[in-house]
Amino acid sequence: MASRPGKVKMPTQPAAERVRNFQEVALGFDAGLAQQEAVRCIQCKKPVCIQGCPVNVKIPEFIQLIADGDFSGAARLIKETNNLPAICGRVCPQEEQCEKYCVLGKRFEPVAIGRLERFAADWELKEGVTPPARPERKPGKVAVVGAGPAGLTCAGDLARRGYEVTMFEALHAPGGVLIYGIPEFRLPKAIVQAEVEYVLSLGVQLVTNVIVGRTLTVEDLFQDGYDAVFLGTGAGLPKFMNIPGENLNGVYSANEWLTRTNLMKAYQFPSWDTPIKVGQRVAVVGGGNVAMDAVRCALRLGAAEATIVYRRSRQEMPARAEEVDHAEHEQVQFKFLCNPTRVLGNERGWVEGLECICMELGEPDASGRRRPVEVKGSEFVLDVDTVVMALGTSPNPIVAQTTPGLSAHRWGGLVVDGTGLTSKAGVWAGGDAVTGSATVILAMGAGKTAAEAMVKYLEEKYRTWNGGGGHRPTP
Amino acid sequence: MHRIVEKQVLTPVTKLLVVDAPLVARRCEPGQFVIVRVAEAGERIPLTIADFQRSAGTVTLVFQEVGYTTQVLGTKEEGDFILDVVGPLGVPAELLAEGRVACIGGGVGVAPVYPKAKALYQSGVEVVSIIGARSHDLLIMEDMMQAVSHQLHVCTDDGSSGYHGFVTAKLQQLLEAGEKFDEVIAVGPLLMMRAAAEVTRSRGIKTLVSLNSIMVDGTGMCGACRVTVGGKTQFCCVDGPMFDGHQVDFAEAVRRSLMYQEEEKTALLQCGCRGGSE
Ligand SMILES: Cc1cc2nc3c(=O)[nH]c(=O)nc-3n(C[C@H](O)[C@H](O)[C@H](O)COP(=O)(O)OP(=O)(O)OC[C@H]3O[C@@H](n4cnc5c(N)ncnc54)[C@H](O)[C@@H]3O)c2cc1C
Ligand SMILES: Cc1cc2nc3c(=O)[nH]c(=O)nc-3n(C[C@H](O)[C@H](O)[C@H](O)COP(=O)(O)OP(=O)(O)OC[C@H]3O[C@@H](n4cnc5c(N)ncnc54)[C@H](O)[C@@H]3O)c2cc1C
Ligand code: FES
Repeated sequence: MASRPGKVKMPTQPAAERVRNFQEVALGFDAGLAQQEAVRCIQCKKPVCIQGCPVNVKIPEFIQLIADGDFSGAARLIKETNNLPAICGRVCPQEEQCEKYCVLGKRFEPVAIGRLERFAADWELKEGVTPPARPERKPGKVAVVGAGPAGLTCAGDLARRGYEVTMFEALHAPGGVLIYGIPEFRLPKAIVQAEVEYVLSLGVQLVTNVIVGRTLTVEDLFQDGYDAVFLGTGAGLPKFMNIPGENLNGVYSANEWLTRTNLMKAYQFPSWDTPIKVGQRVAVVGGGNVAMDAVRCALRLGAAEATIVYRRSRQEMPARAEEVDHAEHEQVQFKFLCNPTRVLGNERGWVEGLECICMELGEPDASGRRRPVEVKGSEFVLDVDTVVMALGTSPNPIVAQTTPGLSAHRWGGLVVDGTGLTSKAGVWAGGDAVTGSATVILAMGAGKTAAEAMVKYLEEKYRTWNGGGGHRPTP
Repeated sequence: MHRIVEKQVLTPVTKLLVVDAPLVARRCEPGQFVIVRVAEAGERIPLTIADFQRSAGTVTLVFQEVGYTTQVLGTKEEGDFILDVVGPLGVPAELLAEGRVACIGGGVGVAPVYPKAKALYQSGVEVVSIIGARSHDLLIMEDMMQAVSHQLHVCTDDGSSGYHGFVTAKLQQLLEAGEKFDEVIAVGPLLMMRAAAEVTRSRGIKTLVSLNSIMVDGTGMCGACRVTVGGKTQFCCVDGPMFDGHQVDFAEAVRRSLMYQEEEKTALLQCGCRGGSE
């Protein structure tokens, strides 16, 4: 049985300090701590933790290598199935994935699989990464649209199998939400860049500044000689509440707030050119992880006060408990059971308050959570000068609108089968573009599943070609 | 990286660049724009595709140096590179296939109106253009506009050439003289576009304007570019940039364009000491 019931704690930057900088909050294990934690793993013969991992990381084996002191070996083993371990080790909700299944978790705390994954990956990044040998080239050329976790995984897996892969990304930098959304203090951009570079080192080509549906269409890709296409375009379209005053100066979508801060580095204005208006008192509307990121950015950007406004109660918040705790330690305020009705502006058109109404919880709704109901006449005004709307996002319609034969649900998600195949032959999709906002690891899992199916498709397509020695098949 | 193939200094504060951007040139249509980032630490700024040469794979950008980024861009010479040029963005302008259209460009707005006038002219529509600037030395693209217009009226605020007054006053004069237009396209400063829309409103002439809201990504991802048109919020980058001028909430557009006024001054102040954000 395990020598200690609890996970080895990971050192963090003290709250009072970190709230004024953008450096990473969680500092990671050193070798000693990692080994202490690794020996907690009881090395189950039939490891159930792997069931909880959408990319099938060989969990007990890599943990054993850490226990044995072969840290780079552990990283290489993880990378057999996961190209982005330093990212996953930081942002995966392990409590919902591998660690949920850990046998130790039945009586004690589960093994800190995520922290160990991060440790091994960071170790290898520090020591220097050697890319695996390039496999033999196979006939077949694939276009991957979107360089988020789904696209990176699909592209990496196909390149490892020997296919020619080009990834097209709309923004000037790859990474998707990892680069524009998740803040530096949770996921340093240098880590994202390093892991993207690893994927490129597998043989993937990257073309930035290409918006499929605008710069090129899916049809163009086939015409340009691609045999198959993977759509990993994410769910980047922000929602607003449609309440009066939402277009006042000082109202942001979480996407704009985070993109200015993370992708455009507005926290370094004016040495980086893109500005952001922070204000003194910031309200962030919403209760998910995105809201937590936005509110914690507000404090780091210099707001004196930052408040979460959420219409249900604490128990219903979709954000990870760990993120909520971090926010609380950083003195974020929480207004539960409270919903905005109107943004108030001054005579120059800037936000000067957020009118809210109190809510109470009624009957459970479709999501199983108790539905919030307005308490008549309970309106009050929150004294704020900036409002950030973190109400969720939906898939961008650009690709669906410009690709004949590609079906999407009314809410924007692309229609796919179990392998990620869309309604259009030769086109697969996965990640947030299919599911709506979900998680990094689910997007990666979808990229992997699609890559498998695409390999079969390409093998089938080129089998006759190879055997017959004939001409290259047309798409 | 996009090479600058040609540069013209149109006025002391307005430059024309022909830029290598084959993928943009392959698909772009009049009314669309690109987003440009000059350097790694640079802002993403939208600029209209003023002209394009499909076979050469180039697009023409015309910009006025109004702040930090456009000033840095203005220092670029032929043979230099622009880090990012992404597009074409926005919805192509829906242009009439026949009839008589007034194309109005104020200040640097002549550049965005040019591709529309050109397309209309080439498809056989009668084009009456009205272009203007504060004074004669700030007037741009007169010859280019002449070449794609059946009639060209030049206006200056100070009377240093052509009609003495605003382009919108000229429009009013033409309408009062009984000239008929099936549509008006007006591009320039927000206040000019609002004035143009006011001139045509009572006469019921459809008037298209091109809004220049503040943008970040240009793909519908952030909502920085929201504008109210016909009482509904629209994203200028994906729903526009051309909108029905009679439906646009110009007061809101003006207010939102001033959102970063203080920061823009800060950025400009350090422009001298940094000499461009390379
Ligand atoms: C602020 C924030 C915090 C989050 N925190 C976490 C977390 O801690 N843990 C977690 O597991 N998940 C988290 N998530 C969710 C997670 O980031 C997403 O589920 C995941 O990134 C989805 O991956 P994806 O590859 O499907 O899409 P994305 O990451 O959205 O990537 C899509 C990419 O496609 C590009 N693209 C879009 N359209 C086009 C086009 N037409 N042509 C070319 N390129 C295009 C986009 O620019 C983007 O780069 C968070 C999300 C946000 C917004
Ligand atoms: C669709 C569209 C097409 C445009 N086409 C042209 C064009 O062809 N030629 C041209 O000269 N200008 C054009 N503009 C305006 C141009 O983008 C701005 O002048 C430029 O961004 C100013 O940047 P700056 O750093 O030099 O100035 P700043 O000092 O930052 O700003 C000066 C002014 O530009 C506006 N502005 C600032 N940042 C942005 C931004 N990221 N996006 C949009 N506006 C901003 C501000 O409202 C401000 O009033 C267009 C704008 C849009 C939205
Ligand atoms: S510029 Fe971001 S949505 Fe239009």
